[in-house]
Amino acid sequence: MRGLYFIAFKSILIKEITRFTRIWIQTLLPPAITMTLYFLIFGNLVGSRIGEMGGVSYMEFIAPGLIMMSVITNSYSNVASSFFSAKFQRNLEEILVAPVPHLVMIAGYVAGGVARGLLVGLIVTLVAMFFVDFQPQHPLLVVLTVFLTSMLFALGGLINAVFARSFDDISIIPTFVLTPLTYLGGVFYSLSLLPDFWLGVSKLNPVVYMINVFRFGFLGFADISVTTSLIIIGFFCVALWGIAYYLVSRGIGLRS
Amino acid sequence: MTKSLALELDNLKKTYKGGVEAVKGINLQVEEGDFFALLGPNGAGKSTSIGIISSLVHKSGGKVRVFGLDIDDHLEQAKLCIGLVPQEFNFNQFETPLQIVVNQAGYYGVPRAEAVKRAEKYLKQLDLWEKRNAAARQLSGGMKRRLMIARALMHNPRLLILDEPTAGVDIELRRSMWEFLKEINAEGVTIILTTHYLEEAEMLCRNIGIIDKGILVECTSMKALLAKLDMETFVLDLEQAIESVPQLGGMEGRLLDATTLEVDVAKAQGLNAVFAALTQQGIEVLSMRNKTNRLEELFVELVENAKGGKA
Repeated sequence: MRGLYFIAFKSILIKEITRFTRIWIQTLLPPAITMTLYFLIFGNLVGSRIGEMGGVSYMEFIAPGLIMMSVITNSYSNVASSFFSAKFQRNLEEILVAPVPHLVMIAGYVAGGVARGLLVGLIVTLVAMFFVDFQPQHPLLVVLTVFLTSMLFALGGLINAVFARSFDDISIIPTFVLTPLTYLGGVFYSLSLLPDFWLGVSKLNPVVYMINVFRFGFLGFADISVTTSLIIIGFFCVALWGIAYYLVSRGIGLRS
Repeated sequence: MTKSLALELDNLKKTYKGGVEAVKGINLQVEEGDFFALLGPNGAGKSTSIGIISSLVHKSGGKVRVFGLDIDDHLEQAKLCIGLVPQEFNFNQFETPLQIVVNQAGYYGVPRAEAVKRAEKYLKQLDLWEKRNAAARQLSGGMKRRLMIARALMHNPRLLILDEPTAGVDIELRRSMWEFLKEINAEGVTIILTTHYLEEAEMLCRNIGIIDKGILVECTSMKALLAKLDMETFVLDLEQAIESVPQLGGMEGRLLDATTLEVDVAKAQGLNAVFAALTQQGIEVLSMRNKTNRLEELFVELVENAKGGKA
């Protein structure tokens, strides 16, 4: 059955990639425009008055965070909207009636989210290169972090979609949870600027660790230990895989 | 020689959250190669039973075996044997027919190159090849129904379950779909069909099960079921107007209008007695038709009996 599982996984992935590339105006273009505006306004106009942060120009400082922000948002929203739409329009039944194990179904959707996250990450990196001249200091770490983060938020999107009963439900988490966590995750400032109390609070935010290790990969410096950050990201990945598998295998929100 | 069973339901039960008992212990056997009709009024439990067989609905009790494979122990192997055509359109309306059927084959482990070949075969057979690259939402209702049949056949299932496949389809298209299903059945695919068109069941199916309120009230061959019908009603168009119901050799009749006569004919008596009686009175018959579908009469009778607790 292994051959079957692989073909099934590939089919879900192709379906997902076809979906987000078909609607590229909604999925791939907006992050490029938004990030261009961020670089122009925060990086260029405001940043030129801020000066250096962490020993590099402000534009250089925010670039990794902005890339990561795009990856997080797109990985999450791809799976949340695609999985929920499939559930809502009942075309998820195409997979549910087929001999596709739950783990393969989750992997297929998550891989679709990761594919979009990585593609958007690449687009935003290319946009950033118009404004910043940077070379990743630790390229493998950059790839590992972006992959794990993308997977983690794709899983989050899937869990959100499992519970969602309306399209409103898949916009609540991005608006009220993801955006604040990302903005407060150190995209625009160094954690070293925060008073002790707020530094402690920030360390409860998992996005802080992702941006931290990603920035280290690009710029070679970090506010928090890279090892600690990777362990925390890894822990969240395992935990969300477990939750997603539990929900899907129990048929919660999927089978009556 | 006894044929092996394509489907076996053993005391199948489903109680939804909130306590609604949709299926109350159904025992059913469908032989391999059969064309089986599963009938019942709306809300009888047909779609729930199909949902359980295809693993879209959790059962509350009982056993389901598909070609001897218990779905509790061999779910994936059992799923490989089943092709499902659901009642509602459940494909992605933004995808093309080609994408829909090729992806579906992929979920069953059919390699992409082979899936494309099969897609061509089934989309051509079902007259959808010209529309293969159109968005599915642009297809007509009949095309969408045929697309779901093509999709269900992509992994060459041994058991095809169709839940009201011809609902809302015009008669010409319905007949072409019947021919297609007959061909598929002749090739050895076991077919289970639910429908509200009883003529469809009578024309296509060899065996029949009738479900009402979650209970199987009848399960027999179509021939045996129709043999139970002891009275049929015929409508006769007369050449000349008459004023009252003529003598009909002991059979009951009613005048619908001056030239239309309705006669209840007992199977034991036959139609000759009616014509003999009318000829004797100088009444000529221009044409004749059966008032209702024979199966429809039986279906109503069986369901009514079940309501009255006779079944």
